[in-house]
Amino acid sequence: MRKSVRGIVGLLIFLCLWQLASQLKLIDPTFVPGPLQVAGRVGQLFGQAEFRVDFVATVLAWLIATLAATAIAVPLGLLLGSLPLLRNATSAVVDLLRPIPSVTLIPLVLTAFGDGAQIKIILATFASIWPILFNVIYGLREVDPLFVDTARAFRTSRLRTALAVRLPYVTPFALTGIRMSAAISLVVIVSTEFLSNSGIGFGSFVVINGEQSGDIPMVFGGVVVAGILGAAVNSMLQGVQNRWFSWVGKAA
Amino acid sequence: MFANSKLTAFVQRWLVFAIFVLVWQWAATATNNVVFPTPLAIIGRVQQLWLNGPPSRLFLGSGINTDVLPSVGRLAGGWAIASVIGIVLGIALGLVPVLADYASAVLAFMRAVPPVMLVPVFLVLFHIGTPMQLATIVFGSIWPVLLNSVDGARSVDPIKVDTARAYRIGRVRWIVSVVLPAASPKIFAGLRINLAFALILMVVSELVGSADGVGYQITNAEGTFDYRTMWAGIALVSVLGFVLNRLLVAVENRALAWHHSTRLLEG
Repeated sequence: MRKSVRGIVGLLIFLCLWQLASQLKLIDPTFVPGPLQVAGRVGQLFGQAEFRVDFVATVLAWLIATLAATAIAVPLGLLLGSLPLLRNATSAVVDLLRPIPSVTLIPLVLTAFGDGAQIKIILATFASIWPILFNVIYGLREVDPLFVDTARAFRTSRLRTALAVRLPYVTPFALTGIRMSAAISLVVIVSTEFLSNSGIGFGSFVVINGEQSGDIPMVFGGVVVAGILGAAVNSMLQGVQNRWFSWVGKAA
Repeated sequence: MFANSKLTAFVQRWLVFAIFVLVWQWAATATNNVVFPTPLAIIGRVQQLWLNGPPSRLFLGSGINTDVLPSVGRLAGGWAIASVIGIVLGIALGLVPVLADYASAVLAFMRAVPPVMLVPVFLVLFHIGTPMQLATIVFGSIWPVLLNSVDGARSVDPIKVDTARAYRIGRVRWIVSVVLPAASPKIFAGLRINLAFALILMVVSELVGSADGVGYQITNAEGTFDYRTMWAGIALVSVLGFVLNRLLVAVENRALAWHHSTRLLEG
């Protein structure tokens, strides 16, 4: 509890310093507006119906992408993690696919799938598959062999061993992966909206109404909304992990 | 036996890769779509763009100077700056837990900000060019290494803390020869994530505001419907990420050899 109080105090100190720097013109307020001005702008943004619609569109796209990545990566991770041969065989393909930044694929996906919400969902899913996949594979490797051997000694069926021994062990790792993926997919979705100018989503809203008219406080407002959203989701997932999956210490 | 199983693993890995490329070649030939060229066509374009030089220059063409080197330079520069600041700040915060508590909310927020959204801000602050791209890369890629350094500095074995105190080891020496080595496995893990982020942001910053580099070339090719060049750019980014990651892993394995061997001893 004290840690979170200190965190809030730290945040307030940071905001005060920022406000002071902007008030004293240590940083040019036309380029970097103070927090009060930005906060006012955020309030104004949520007053606009158009922004609220865009905001909901972004959150929805992000939810779909994260769920899709989970639905693809968890079974795939379980499969690759249980079959070393398959994992080794696919590793070269995976190693070459993984470093492709999804933003590089924006032009490609735009031409191949047309523009619309599907682009950002496809790109965000692609980008957020990897952390879940690797965490699940890593988690399977960490399962205590003693438990597996004990289950085998009791002639527990393979299915039951998988469900009652391996799965509980892997869940916290998968959750860590999902938490990382949630952050990545939000960044990719907002970035795609920002770069592809698709017109839907709050990234595009900020580009069209902020950047293109040189309204920097508005851009900062968007930055703050995105930051708060991401931080909130992260701490929520962290809370779920600590509350219900604390039996396996702290996952990687 | 060991060499043999290593060889089998190697063959397995690249065989599947070869099959992947062959299927792609076949599918691309069959569909004959301009947007999806065959791997051979892409390799041809790569050769034409970057590998058309004389053998004395290792076949590297002049395209390297305008497309590859500026990107690699920005990537390496941004990554190095982010890493140094991240490690120094992270170790400092890790050594003073109270400070880390005060910074936690600010860090959680900063980390969640999509760096691309700050590109317009960096654009007005630094104008188009390398400083703006470096700022984007540094801001976006500093967090993984910073947070991992905090974790690493906190994870120093209490026995080592007590031993160092018993021998009255000086503060600087304590940090350099006890805390840094103890934190280094975590720091290296952070550096790898950091590198992936830096690669993404290098491309992003070039997509938005640049006159050279891979990212610029990709958008430029898209604008002129030159899909082969676009794919060549994507392939280049992929290979770049792959090679840099392998290099970092090699450095990590050398630097952390002591760590891996102690882990083996512990069981």
